[in-house]
Amino acid sequence: MKTFVFTLFLTFSICGHAAVEYRKFDNAKQEQAYHSLISELRCLVCQNQTIADSNAELAKDLRRQVYEMLQQGKNQQQIVDYMTQRYGDFVLYRPPLKSKTLILWIGPVVFVVIGLLVLLLMSRRKNQADKKDKLSEQDEKRLRALLEEGEDS
Amino acid sequence: MLKYIVPLFLFAVLAVFLAIGLKLNPRDIPSPLIDKPAPHFSLPVLTEPSRKFSPEDLQGQVWMLNVWASWCVSCRSEHPVLNDFARKNPVIIVGLNYKDEPEAAKQWLAQLGNPYQVSVMDLEGRTGIDYGVYGVPETFVIDKKGIVRYKFTGPVSMKDVEQTLLPLINKLRAES
Repeated sequence: MKTFVFTLFLTFSICGHAAVEYRKFDNAKQEQAYHSLISELRCLVCQNQTIADSNAELAKDLRRQVYEMLQQGKNQQQIVDYMTQRYGDFVLYRPPLKSKTLILWIGPVVFVVIGLLVLLLMSRRKNQADKKDKLSEQDEKRLRALLEEGEDS
Repeated sequence: MLKYIVPLFLFAVLAVFLAIGLKLNPRDIPSPLIDKPAPHFSLPVLTEPSRKFSPEDLQGQVWMLNVWASWCVSCRSEHPVLNDFARKNPVIIVGLNYKDEPEAAKQWLAQLGNPYQVSVMDLEGRTGIDYGVYGVPETFVIDKKGIVRYKFTGPVSMKDVEQTLLPLINKLRAES
């Protein structure tokens, strides 16, 4: 148990956020908006990190930008729009549903459906094959008779 | 027979996708600024901070905005190319000195040559954000109407100048 708890601690300590700046917020809602925004925007330098996770200069600047815009009373959507106007959809960790990104959103579903169809088809084929292998009533009787005979001798 | 063809076909499809994926450059992020007006800025000139420069000053001309910094390693390899480009062609290159120390930047230009008509200081990187800068150096080509027509991320090579930038600038100059 001790080891388990320790491992748990380790796991969480690794994903601790890099955003260390001290920020003062007017209210809890604004703080929440800040944290949700910085963990949804991609750091374009490090690409697989959010700006909350990254310590790159650009990530710092973008965090500052998000903070300042919140202070100016901008809402989350306005800030997301501001970022996409400059960096494109790539800055978003959750890409918007558009004709261009459709394959991202429905691709996995399509693959699951294909997989299920193949599974269904294969199991059905196997069922039919099993049925073909079944003996007629007459043969079944003969088989049992033969088996019993074998046990006697 | 189908038993062999189907997996082979699937493998071929997968291989093609992976091959395309290998050739794509993940750093090459399409700029949403293309065909949009160049974002406005008014920044102090590096050599003369009391003077301000803004893109409107070059209205009616085709020009390049090159984002550079003295701390940027790839800018160093790009610099001779820009010097050569500016020497051989009457091209306007404006430098956006991105998050740099003015003294270091001036020294850099004195040492390595100055291909820029003018360099402006973006000390806090705010204009950089407006231009969607994420990897220095970056180069934008802006047309006579002040519209961004092209963006190049990373160091420009001689080949890029000859095959892409110069033809594009000549084409844009011919536009009314």
